[in-house]
Amino acid sequence: MEDQPTNDGCGSNCGCHGEPGGEPGGTSRRTLLKAAGVTLGAAAFAKALSPIVNWSRENLSVDEFLQKHYRELDKDQLAAVLRHLEEDARKNYGAEVTIGDHRPQKGVKFGYALNLSICIGCRRCAEACHHENNHDRGTNNSYIRVLEMQKGSMDMEHGNVHYDHPVPHPDKFYMPVQCQQCDNPPCVHVCPVEATWKEDDGIVVVDYNWCIGCRYCEAACPYHARRFNWTKPSIPKEEINPKQSYLSNRIRPQGVMEKCTFCLHRTREGQMPACLEACPTGARVFGNLLDPESEIRKVIDNKRVFVLKEELGTRPSFFYFFDE
Amino acid sequence: MNSTNSTDPSAGENPHDARFHAVSYLKFLRMAFRLATEGTWSFYVWMTVLTCVFLVGAHAWALQVEMGMNVTAMNDHVSWGLYIANFTFLVGLAAGGVMMVIPAYIYHDKDMHDTVIVGELLAIASIVMCLMFVVADLGRPDRFWHMMPFVGKFNWPISMLTWDVIVLNGYLLLNLHICGYLLYKRFLGETPDRRWYVPFVFLSIAWAISIHTVTAFLYSGLGGRPFWNTALLAPRFLTSAFVAGPAFIIIVLQIIRRLTRMRIGSGSIQTLASIMRITILIDLLMFGSEVFTAFYTGGSHSVAIKYLFFGHGELNALVPWTWVSLVFMVIAAMLLMRPKVHEHLILLDVACVLAFVGIWIEKGMGLIIPGFVPSTLHEWVEYVPSAAEWKIMAGIWAAGLIVYTLLLKVAIPVFSGSTSARDLK
Repeated sequence: MEDQPTNDGCGSNCGCHGEPGGEPGGTSRRTLLKAAGVTLGAAAFAKALSPIVNWSRENLSVDEFLQKHYRELDKDQLAAVLRHLEEDARKNYGAEVTIGDHRPQKGVKFGYALNLSICIGCRRCAEACHHENNHDRGTNNSYIRVLEMQKGSMDMEHGNVHYDHPVPHPDKFYMPVQCQQCDNPPCVHVCPVEATWKEDDGIVVVDYNWCIGCRYCEAACPYHARRFNWTKPSIPKEEINPKQSYLSNRIRPQGVMEKCTFCLHRTREGQMPACLEACPTGARVFGNLLDPESEIRKVIDNKRVFVLKEELGTRPSFFYFFDE
Repeated sequence: MNSTNSTDPSAGENPHDARFHAVSYLKFLRMAFRLATEGTWSFYVWMTVLTCVFLVGAHAWALQVEMGMNVTAMNDHVSWGLYIANFTFLVGLAAGGVMMVIPAYIYHDKDMHDTVIVGELLAIASIVMCLMFVVADLGRPDRFWHMMPFVGKFNWPISMLTWDVIVLNGYLLLNLHICGYLLYKRFLGETPDRRWYVPFVFLSIAWAISIHTVTAFLYSGLGGRPFWNTALLAPRFLTSAFVAGPAFIIIVLQIIRRLTRMRIGSGSIQTLASIMRITILIDLLMFGSEVFTAFYTGGSHSVAIKYLFFGHGELNALVPWTWVSLVFMVIAAMLLMRPKVHEHLILLDVACVLAFVGIWIEKGMGLIIPGFVPSTLHEWVEYVPSAAEWKIMAGIWAAGLIVYTLLLKVAIPVFSGSTSARDLK
């Protein structure tokens, strides 16, 4: 960085290769100086970029660099990738984890509904998400943000996520917001490399090993549902949730996007999302929209439900309602 | 640093065969290399300073790749910052060069025709900077190949970013071809064959419009960001580009006139000043129209612009930028109104610098950041670029100036006829 290519420092007979610019009229002293300058410049450039060399030595194998898109991996390739990722978790975090590949079930489209009349704003859903999905401990990240709203207004301008007093406050109501798993998802449309897509059961997922980290999806999402890994996530090994899935809660690499997946590693096995199980008031209703007998369908059919920012045409699979 | 895609015109009635070109093109490259590395002491000092700044930026970027992007001030609320701000501005600078191409090739302005290469080379250097800023903004630059058509997965046509990849690289190739072909022909001492460059020049005019339009569509297509979601965005991008581009070129032309033997007719500067005089007024008109709509209507569409001008409570990081930009633009417009401003070069230069800086702010901090403040859930998080971001930005600008200097260093002697194939014989 501090080397200056035109210093006379290399005035002695060093063995620098002369560049092919040694035209007949030029003085040899000048050529020598130039060669010295080029050498110094090249050395400085190599030094300046050395952190990248360190980083790639530790974090990037040839296999990882050349890995194909998730949807183009065959069975064996995917199995190899999963074993490799488990190995990484052991090496980088000292944790024994199992990383599965949970596929959508036939005849299932997931929907979520949230009863705003009984949500008390305790933020236990956000905390459960934090642990279930192996979020970075340093930033206390979660896919759920709980807005404290002023009664009498649905305008988020009057919302506040940084409330710090006993809940529920009598003049307020509470509105948790997470990925709305839109049927017309702007985040999916804008992705230049198809690193994010909508699965058959309605869940929008990210291939963390394909994402280039341009953050266009984060700009496009109207619900602040997406998060970026600004650095390598830090989690103590004893806190790591070892039950993981490729498309959901495995520990994310640095520099890629992530988002709520309706806990697909749970819900595709018939369990409920972690945020629902943590809710102390039963404000959350989750289920299969295609099943007419499901609880979620009963809510949608019988309550006056609404979706957030309906005017944007995103067609969320996440519904809100009041009970009176 | 020279353009490599000279097209081999052996197909037509050209007397030269491929072998001739193989030999003479190598000579051309050798000459270009010599021109790019020979110079006065001030040239070496200039290049050394730029190289040092570039290395500082390269190192900062390497650290960013290693440590992650939390060395920047960006966050999940303001997820684009200084890099994308500069990218947006530089797409405009690249498109701005077309304001020389149109007078030169459509209106056959003689002076402009002699100097149009300055604008075309600026387009090349600007696009190089654009691509560098995009790479700087990527969380995973090692996965850059995912974005390449056929090799990776190219989400075309639905993602506007893939359109941007196409138009920016296409514009780069077009200008490399045009400049490379004309330079090579001049070097051979031959008259360029119109069929080999005029169609490309006309294509490049339309293409210049497309690069800034597509870049505006990146933002204006996002329904969740009311500040960007306006149909006026693309026209505003273009008009401001047609202020910033000519402003930069006017200054460069004067520097070239002072430092080299290239003939810079006063007609070029006069024409560019006349163009700026109009475009800056249209730009201000459109800006005023946005301000009216936002403030008179109120509601959610006005929140970001209110923050831009007056801040929000104690948060007012963008307020000084905004007012500086506006004041600079108004002063520049008033100076340009002077009927014979091109005869008062000092005044013209002041106007150019003010307009250039004003638009850099408006297309950067004033456009990208308020798209994110307040966030989509109306959280208020401010953004002030970090030291790493400033370093990387400076490094990329230095790299761009290195490219531009070298391109001009080769092109000017060739075009002013002081170097040609005969010198090497």
